[in-house]
Amino acid sequence: MTDTPRRTALDALHRELGATMTDFAGWDMPLRYGSERDEHVAVRTRAGLFDLSHMGEITVTGPQAAALLDYALVGNIGSVAVGRARYTMICREDGGILDDLIVYRLADAEYMVVANASNAQTVLDALTERAAGFDAAVRDDRDAYALLAVQGPASPGILKSLTDADLDGLKYYAGLPGTVAGVPALIARTGYTGEDGFELFVAPGDAVKLWQALTEAGADAGLVPCGLSCRDTLRLEAGMPLYGHELTTATTPFDAGLGRVVKFEKEGDFVGRAALQAAAERAEAQPPRKLVGLIAEGRRVPRAGFTVTAGGEAVGEVTSGAPSPTLGRPIAIAYVDAAHAAPGTQGVAVDIRGSHEPYEVVALPFYKRQR
Amino acid sequence: MSNPQQLRYSKEHEWLSAVDADGVATVGITEFAANALGDVVYAQLPAVGDTVTAGETCGELESTKSVSDLYSPVTGEVTEANQAVVDDPALVNSAPFEGGWLFKVKITDEPADLLSADEYVTLTAG
Repeated sequence: MTDTPRRTALDALHRELGATMTDFAGWDMPLRYGSERDEHVAVRTRAGLFDLSHMGEITVTGPQAAALLDYALVGNIGSVAVGRARYTMICREDGGILDDLIVYRLADAEYMVVANASNAQTVLDALTERAAGFDAAVRDDRDAYALLAVQGPASPGILKSLTDADLDGLKYYAGLPGTVAGVPALIARTGYTGEDGFELFVAPGDAVKLWQALTEAGADAGLVPCGLSCRDTLRLEAGMPLYGHELTTATTPFDAGLGRVVKFEKEGDFVGRAALQAAAERAEAQPPRKLVGLIAEGRRVPRAGFTVTAGGEAVGEVTSGAPSPTLGRPIAIAYVDAAHAAPGTQGVAVDIRGSHEPYEVVALPFYKRQR
Repeated sequence: MSNPQQLRYSKEHEWLSAVDADGVATVGITEFAANALGDVVYAQLPAVGDTVTAGETCGELESTKSVSDLYSPVTGEVTEANQAVVDDPALVNSAPFEGGWLFKVKITDEPADLLSADEYVTLTAG
């Protein structure tokens, strides 16, 4: 990509804070402000504040908005209640994953689809194409929103001090319109960290005001600004897939162990149904590779693309890897041949620059918060 | 960020102390390099007795996001590796010019293009 990276509404603020910036999916985003490990620990134990304005919002409205999304996506979107959200995927006709999404039902005939920045255009194009024949409109709202996230156990208390919205009544994977620090916001109890937390969709012009109010309100609770580096290690510990790593057009939801998002029982056809039915049967009868967790016995870090071995033979590939601040050891998510994918399988290693480092096979996730 | 005046620097962002009475100098990476790496989580250092060669890799430093080769700024024999850094690689971030030093080397040859602190500042400003 040769275009100049896009900057979020909070760009000047990140630079004032001394953030290390990185090009991510065409956006200039904060990678970290100080130590990414400290940021990670802050989210696990206190609270962290993220700028996620690169995420791609697409609004779908109209009498057949639900019908369109039921046809275009693999989930049962029509059954989502107003004010609730659903994790789902959009697939190709051959079952390959185009993106994983969160869909919020804002009103009876209005949904907001949130796509990964790297796939937002693809998702927009696919939804627009699939909308043919439906009484529904697909609108590109990427420029209409900035997205801030407050994540971590202290986040409900911090947000409560800035809003009259009923946060106690706001369940995980729910979203409601409200006002935060005087700013109109869609308040969603979602995140990508494995912690309790909120995502706040606001007008870009309000982003700085909201960021500053959250920073001030969170100071006593130990809230710190957090970059994409710790967001990646947080989601990795929580066993959450990342598009481009665990999920690609070459994988189906069933390959990724996420077949539960595909709702064959819903009425009518949907894009990819036949191919996904076959993928489901294949996964049931003779699973090819399985997505597993790996924990290092040593300290060298596995990276995406590294080969997983057993007895010197290649049996899989790492899709994501990083040092885990919570476990104190390197961890990885990998696709591994079913014969070596059971937790506790002996003799599994990762080829780290020629050295076969021993790894323990575990079930995902690596980390689950205490509720 | 200040780079100590008494040290010399390589273009690969290592620093080199003045030699002691035995001709041994200390090697580390600069604060600029440590900041660019992010949190160092694993350090593979050369072993005592290893011969290191100026400009060639002699170990690796691994951070959250990447792994980087460690280059020796001079040629010589390693006399000590910093076990404290092996045990706690975060020292490279918290004290790159002090407790986060990496190894000591008895110099047999050194390249002509090591930089002064001021020259190194110019290099990293670019």
